[in-house]
Amino acid sequence: MYKKKGITYIIDKIRNLLGRGLKHFILIMICISILFPIYFMVITAFKTHDHYLNKIWSPAWPPVFSGFTKAFKGQFITWITNSIIITSGSVLLATFLASLLAFALAKLPFKGKEGLLGSIVSLMVVPPAVIIIPIFVLWSKIGLVNNRFGAIIVYTGMILPFSVYLLTNFFKTVPDEIIESAVIDGCTTFQIFRIIVLRLSIPALFTNVIVNTIWVWNELFIAMILLQSNKLKTLMVGLAVFKTHYNVNIPVIMAGLLISILPMVVLYLSGQNVLIKGLITGYKKG
Amino acid sequence: MRLRKSPLYGKSEYLWYITPGLIVMVLVFVYSIIRVIQLSFIRVAKTVTEVDTFVGLTNYKLLFSEQPFIDALKHNVTMLLIVPPILVLLSIIISAILYDEIKGWKIYRSLVFLPYVLAIPVVGVVFTYIFMKYGILNTILTSINLDFLALDWLGNPKIALYSIMIVIIWKELGFGVILFLARLSSIDIEIFEAARIDGAGWWKLLRYITIPQLRGIIEFYVVIEAITMLSWVFNYVFVMTAWGGPGTSTYILEFYIWLNAFRYNRMGYATASAVILLVVTSALIFLWLRLRKRMDYEYV
Repeated sequence: MYKKKGITYIIDKIRNLLGRGLKHFILIMICISILFPIYFMVITAFKTHDHYLNKIWSPAWPPVFSGFTKAFKGQFITWITNSIIITSGSVLLATFLASLLAFALAKLPFKGKEGLLGSIVSLMVVPPAVIIIPIFVLWSKIGLVNNRFGAIIVYTGMILPFSVYLLTNFFKTVPDEIIESAVIDGCTTFQIFRIIVLRLSIPALFTNVIVNTIWVWNELFIAMILLQSNKLKTLMVGLAVFKTHYNVNIPVIMAGLLISILPMVVLYLSGQNVLIKGLITGYKKG
Repeated sequence: MRLRKSPLYGKSEYLWYITPGLIVMVLVFVYSIIRVIQLSFIRVAKTVTEVDTFVGLTNYKLLFSEQPFIDALKHNVTMLLIVPPILVLLSIIISAILYDEIKGWKIYRSLVFLPYVLAIPVVGVVFTYIFMKYGILNTILTSINLDFLALDWLGNPKIALYSIMIVIIWKELGFGVILFLARLSSIDIEIFEAARIDGAGWWKLLRYITIPQLRGIIEFYVVIEAITMLSWVFNYVFVMTAWGGPGTSTYILEFYIWLNAFRYNRMGYATASAVILLVVTSALIFLWLRLRKRMDYEYV
């Protein structure tokens, strides 16, 4: 009796151990495949081209920085500046407009609210390839092609549906009792919006900013159609050109890529928990 | 009734709040969608003396006799049939393992989600060099005597599209894992405990509890990824191939639209295919909403 119990216990223990080992094995394999391209990019960025050709998969020691200096000699700074202007412009504008809209949708009474929210949410899936032709035709007529403002408007529109959806879901969680007592205290609607709802929703606003910043910063299709002149190219458009330009020197390209992802990786790592939580609340009802 | 309950009942300033945002969305979406449909029925004037002429469905008829368009459509559908199922399978396995909170699960989670924040153009360029004929992947494969696997990943028209799909899966996986993990953590833990006491092993839990519980979010994810495969793959193709090459082996709808609108100046083809893209995505969304409605009835 005692012996039998002992054996099943040991078998269970072994099975458990094997199971855990298998789980770790699967995850480690997945993580290796995820990290491999990143590893390749990082080690190559710190190499000379000769080293790249001779020892393609081992890191160079000591690291070489010539790739970075060469990358910066191009128009890199211009592209980064453009990306910063376009991204911050559209993200701030969209977050502002979306919070106004979301406040009305979450807390102000009016007819057809649900229908309006539904229609806005459905815009999330409209492909950029569908809207870009009419926008381009219209923008060329009124001089908004090759114009930062023109691009900012389009980006603002593209990220508004998600922002409205995310913020509305969050604003709904602000308790009505707080608003009620503020009304009794004589607050105007705008004061309630500004002082109560916005202040209580800082995590949601933050998530919204991060998600949209990553989206706009990484966007290529719209940027390459609306901002074609050399002075206005964003980083992503620049990188697509960069590749053909430095085709013979792969470490320079990798150095450029590394610089371009750095801001987003830092943003991701610093806001990771808020970001994931925010995404989850945003999609929970989806 | 609900309106009356709102503490801000009777305030009619909502127009101030909704109008500015709506103006931007109407311009970017509503105007564009109406205009693109209108343009697809028109032969756009190419010279100053010409005028736009209404041509009915001619653009659509021409479109379906275009081999590159048919190719593009086929490639989008191929991606749609292959990528979402693989993503769902991998996401279920990974999120179920992570849900067990094995040692270091937070680190694994961060790593799995990392590709999601990287820009597609960046990812695309890196993978282009990995997939090169004499690139790092083939160097490694040769050095471990797997020469037969050392293919011309992006140069061979038969496999270029599949190589791109690998990159898409690499990039999109994190999103699914996070979504599923979120859903799992909102399930009542007692369900799992009860099943475990009844002697259900890991696979049985996965089969009879985890997957049924995830059903709604799996459907959502499949729809989102299906739409992505139809209308958000331009960046991969543009960066990783030389204009949809080799030949037309990696043509996709967005690329076809871009090429015709902004390179060949064939607005009729471009707008007609844009309308088709819009119709297909809307159909998918509609289908999903119907499915959800039915599900709500089942569960409520």
